[in-house]
Amino acid sequence: MYGKKVKFRAAFILLVLISLVLIIYLSLKTLEDNVVYFLSPTEIQNKEEIKRNEKVRVGGMVKKNSIKSYTNYISFILTDYKNEINVTYSGTIPNLFSEEKGVVAEGTLKDKNYFIANKILAKHDENYMPPKVNNSLDSK
Amino acid sequence: MLKNFNPNKAFFLTTKILKTLFFIFIIILIIGLTESLWISPEDYKQSHSVRIMYVHVPSAWISLGIFAFIGILSLFNFIFKNKNFSLIAKSLSTSGFVFCIIALVTGSIWGYPTWGTWWVWDARITSMLLLSIFYLMYILSWKVFEKNINQEKISSIIAIIGMLNVPIIKFSVDWWNTLHQNATVKIFSKSSIHPSMMLPLLIMTVAFALFSLIIFIMEYKAEVVKLKNKGLDRL
Repeated sequence: MYGKKVKFRAAFILLVLISLVLIIYLSLKTLEDNVVYFLSPTEIQNKEEIKRNEKVRVGGMVKKNSIKSYTNYISFILTDYKNEINVTYSGTIPNLFSEEKGVVAEGTLKDKNYFIANKILAKHDENYMPPKVNNSLDSK
Repeated sequence: MLKNFNPNKAFFLTTKILKTLFFIFIIILIIGLTESLWISPEDYKQSHSVRIMYVHVPSAWISLGIFAFIGILSLFNFIFKNKNFSLIAKSLSTSGFVFCIIALVTGSIWGYPTWGTWWVWDARITSMLLLSIFYLMYILSWKVFEKNINQEKISSIIAIIGMLNVPIIKFSVDWWNTLHQNATVKIFSKSSIHPSMMLPLLIMTVAFALFSLIIFIMEYKAEVVKLKNKGLDRL
């Protein structure tokens, strides 16, 4: 139906596309550490060595009943339900920061279990619903 | 097969429906805005700031969809050497770019009250910024290069490479840890959005899609007129 030239161009384009996909895949694979925005507490635990004073981001859930407020800082436990990490932070907190919700903390590790944050970002989940629905879900 | 795929025919077809389309767009936009700004409920966690979603998400979808379409059209242009493909792609690019910028700006405005930051370099947001750069390069390639053949080739190459970025944007939230939340509206499983909020989202998507269709038809007509002025009756 189509001429030889059209078929040749189609094959050529296909080849170019496949190699482009491969190139992008491989380069993203190598850059994985930079693409990932934050590490989970488990990934922190599995790290062989931690550098003090190096800026890292840790993300996970705020553990239930773990937020404690002091005069000029707060502390809470960040968990991915496998490992935990203690975080202290002083500064403004975003509106959506609350217990059992996602959070990304930026700061430095003191050791594998203790993290000093200098910035906190709330990570909200993909669920959207009116307040009434949420209340009825909770009471079930 | 491609014999009927001719700018001349499309030109006459689209002249009449433009006004009707615009009328429908205005009505749907008014319905969508009242639905999303007044009737739809506030979110259980974000309260009223969730309303930014009704602009942010449709514009992101449409800018992604248009770029994927431009990429496919450019592929076809390469294979079949039919100028009409690149004319359609060129006319689509402006509205896609505008919606891409709208998605980025509204996302930033939404991010401040919810996440606590205007901008982060996570995978989703960075790849979306990359898309806007691809759009810009695509549009500029039509303006900067003078010879018609060169324009078509260079813009097609940009579109095809940029098209590979589209799945990266879509799946970035699944492949890597990102601050941006995962997909809410899913095709193959249950969406995690309440129906009362899904409805305005869909209406706004239809309104935005209609708007880009209208802009597309207007630009496409201008392109065809330009060709005609050059004295080319057939391509």
